[in-house]
Amino acid sequence: MNDFAHLLDRLAYEPRRNAKLRLLQDYFARTPDPERGYALGAMTDTLSFREAKPALIRALVEERVDPVLYRLSHNYVGDLAETTALIWPAPAEPAPAAEAGIGHNNPPPHVPTLAEVVETLASTPKKDLPFHLARWLDALDETGRWALLKLVTGNLRVGVSARLAKTAVGALGGHEADAVEEVWHGLEAPFATLFAWVEGRAERPETLNPAPFRPPMLSHPIEEEADLDRLEPEAFSAEWKWDGIRVQLVGGLDREGRQVARVYSRTGEDITGAFPDLAEAIAFDGALDGELLILREGRVQSFNVLQQRLNRKAVTPKLLQDFPAHVRAYDLLAAEGEDLRAEPFAARRARLEAFVETLDHARIDVSPLVPFGSWADLAAARADPASVGAGADADAIEGVMLKRASSAYLPGRPKGPWWKWKREPHIVDAVMMYAQRGHGKRSSFYSDYTFGVWRAGEAGDELVPVGKCYHGFTDAELQRLDRYVRNYTTKRFGPVREVAYGADTGLVLEIAFEGVQRSTRHKSGVAMRFPRVSRIRWDKPPAEADRIDVLERILARGEREIAPGRTAKESA
Amino acid sequence: MPLRASDLLTLTREGLYCPLGDFHVDPTWPVPRALITHGHADHARAGHARVLATPETLRIMAVRYGADFCGTRQEAALGAPIRIGGVTVRFAPAGHVLGSAQIAIEAEGVRVVVSGDYKRAPDPTCLPFEVVPCDVFITEATFGLPVFRHPDTRGEVRRLLESVRLFPERAHIVGAYALGKAQRVMALLREEGWDRPIHLHGAMEKLTELYKREGVPLGDTPKVAAAERKDLAGAIVLCPPSAIQDLWSRKFPDPVTCFASGWMRVRARARQKGVELPLVISDHSDWPDLCRTIRETGAGEVWVTHGQEDALVHWCGTQGIRAKPLHLLGYGDDGEAESEAGPQAEEAAA
Repeated sequence: MNDFAHLLDRLAYEPRRNAKLRLLQDYFARTPDPERGYALGAMTDTLSFREAKPALIRALVEERVDPVLYRLSHNYVGDLAETTALIWPAPAEPAPAAEAGIGHNNPPPHVPTLAEVVETLASTPKKDLPFHLARWLDALDETGRWALLKLVTGNLRVGVSARLAKTAVGALGGHEADAVEEVWHGLEAPFATLFAWVEGRAERPETLNPAPFRPPMLSHPIEEEADLDRLEPEAFSAEWKWDGIRVQLVGGLDREGRQVARVYSRTGEDITGAFPDLAEAIAFDGALDGELLILREGRVQSFNVLQQRLNRKAVTPKLLQDFPAHVRAYDLLAAEGEDLRAEPFAARRARLEAFVETLDHARIDVSPLVPFGSWADLAAARADPASVGAGADADAIEGVMLKRASSAYLPGRPKGPWWKWKREPHIVDAVMMYAQRGHGKRSSFYSDYTFGVWRAGEAGDELVPVGKCYHGFTDAELQRLDRYVRNYTTKRFGPVREVAYGADTGLVLEIAFEGVQRSTRHKSGVAMRFPRVSRIRWDKPPAEADRIDVLERILARGEREIAPGRTAKESA
Repeated sequence: MPLRASDLLTLTREGLYCPLGDFHVDPTWPVPRALITHGHADHARAGHARVLATPETLRIMAVRYGADFCGTRQEAALGAPIRIGGVTVRFAPAGHVLGSAQIAIEAEGVRVVVSGDYKRAPDPTCLPFEVVPCDVFITEATFGLPVFRHPDTRGEVRRLLESVRLFPERAHIVGAYALGKAQRVMALLREEGWDRPIHLHGAMEKLTELYKREGVPLGDTPKVAAAERKDLAGAIVLCPPSAIQDLWSRKFPDPVTCFASGWMRVRARARQKGVELPLVISDHSDWPDLCRTIRETGAGEVWVTHGQEDALVHWCGTQGIRAKPLHLLGYGDDGEAESEAGPQAEEAAA
């Protein structure tokens, strides 16, 4: 465990990708099975064990440390695992046998291996979890405690993507990350067959999974219209860019001839369990790439509606009925045992249309092509999708996708074949009202801002909070914003500070956002989608910030388009 | 009526003020008479009419602000009682940086101690902290949370040397505050056997020379010339924290960014500064030492000047010690974002 913790610690401080890769490769090369396999599992989030809830960890600490001091420390450090690792007191004496309980008589301080931790977590009854955790925390050093807590709370993000970890494993035997991805599903921690293969000690692991995930192809953004000048319109097809989540629907037959159905997220996470309605629709042998959307009466619902389904843990019949899932397919990666990824887009598209037509399933359709002759045509379509046939779905469109007709399906983000061109965001000038310290990289900087706009109040105009944002500024701007918050604090509420705001004092933030929804959580009754700071208006007097009417108008327009005839509440 | 602590010390716009003696302690604005605990810029400012401080602190102020940093100056010998108006003051070592002192203010048997910034950990560049029993103890709380437990400095310096051995082709750029921390790191490196030159950023030269004149052996500490930076593979270079992210440091061969500060205990802090090798070396007391010191003074009342005052005030409450935060302005906010706020705040948080 200490060796693994040491690796995580170094990775956390290492900014350079290549150096991270070297650290990972070095670790995998010198660490034996099964330890390194569990480490790979931890970094790719594929271990399955009972996670410890933050409440459990808090309770353990509060048996040992004054709860007030613990809370203040947590507010300050901004990370539960790190706070706990730093504050955990050195064990005074070996625990008396009576307290140690469950058959352990005065266990000597024993530093656990990662394998031991994972295997114990996987098999231990819930009630014994606090005992094991406490004994490990006593035995480990600060770094070890930090890594252990990150692991057991399911929060092991240390600046290493699953992709980078797979790249490092592949590099042990000169394989590309995609080669590892291809065999990945069907394997599990501690990945002994995978390591045996990359080290040349065994054959490539049999992909037992008849419905494997295929790494998706991603696009680059068109930042400004000038970017289009370098592209030839006739070489590209255009589609709507849907505001849903990217998924793969994969079907196949297992060795007994039974249908296997899988729904994967864009990162390859198997989310079939959450979408039985889609799984049911997968009665084919093939792999569809598309957008997961919620459709009601044939109309695409807003992302907000989709999120309500994604956020639920339990999949109930009512949830399935209220939030019917749908996939709008835009690519076909395999069909009837044939890998189509090397085919040009135009050919895959033709196969896709035929394939989906044969399926004839209400939950799966094809994302239509957007006709255009010139970039100007496409710009017009992007600005007003309803004008080119998007109809009532126009509000669920966040832009257009450009795909080179001759391009093969290449995993990753190759530069050139695919482009995304998002719609212009809405803009509003708002006034900063509250600030809160951030987490992670921004811990202890005041980086989360609640902002408000003007509305008529009982005693004249007043600012009412309409949203919160925490990105859109550079590190240098953050430092200036942080200093601003500290200098203009009027009240403190724990980690939150109220800053000076009014007609003459205050800071105007230009906020870009994607849409407005009704909200019962905000006093103003509205909430924005994806708000971020687009500019900091150090120059602008707060009195000149926008009024809530601006948001109300956007909201009214959206409601008309998405759900005519529905009440505001239903459509939210 | 018996004398109350507030007759000895109270708070004004300029900072802590003694009405009976008519003087300020570490005022943040120019005043007629100032007693200064130590030479860091947020405690020792220029422009006072009269200044009383230890000889070392007066010399540090002269180096930083020029010989005419105040009207008249008076040297305070450690331990010697000095009568000012209706009170007696006495300076005692604080262990923070060279010349740093606590100031005890006494009248009619009531004693208040202003500790300034202090630490209990050993430091080869200054006298160790001395416990002065008192009725009211005024303490900082820069690291006033139980997550702050500073490790042994030797282990930290050894990690630096280990990294230098591991990467002989790279330069190690160590951010350290120019007064106190930098010289302490140099002295610690010498203790661990590093006998090669320790290269200095220009901003550290004068104060380092002063330390040497005061009798602190630091060995060979050449100033880095702009043109030789590319040749300093394998070298240890000390610079102010603001320079570690600067273009200045990028001219060294594949630099390893190090930072010597108590803040390095919180990993998010280290990452925010782009630090690759955090060295937890602090000139302030950590949490256990803050608590121990308060107990050892026997004070029935504690005032907390700056830092994480909430936690320390709470802890005092659990120990039956009356405590209150002073919310003193000007001592580097709550010690955060210190390196961006200029050298004054940087030192405050060292």
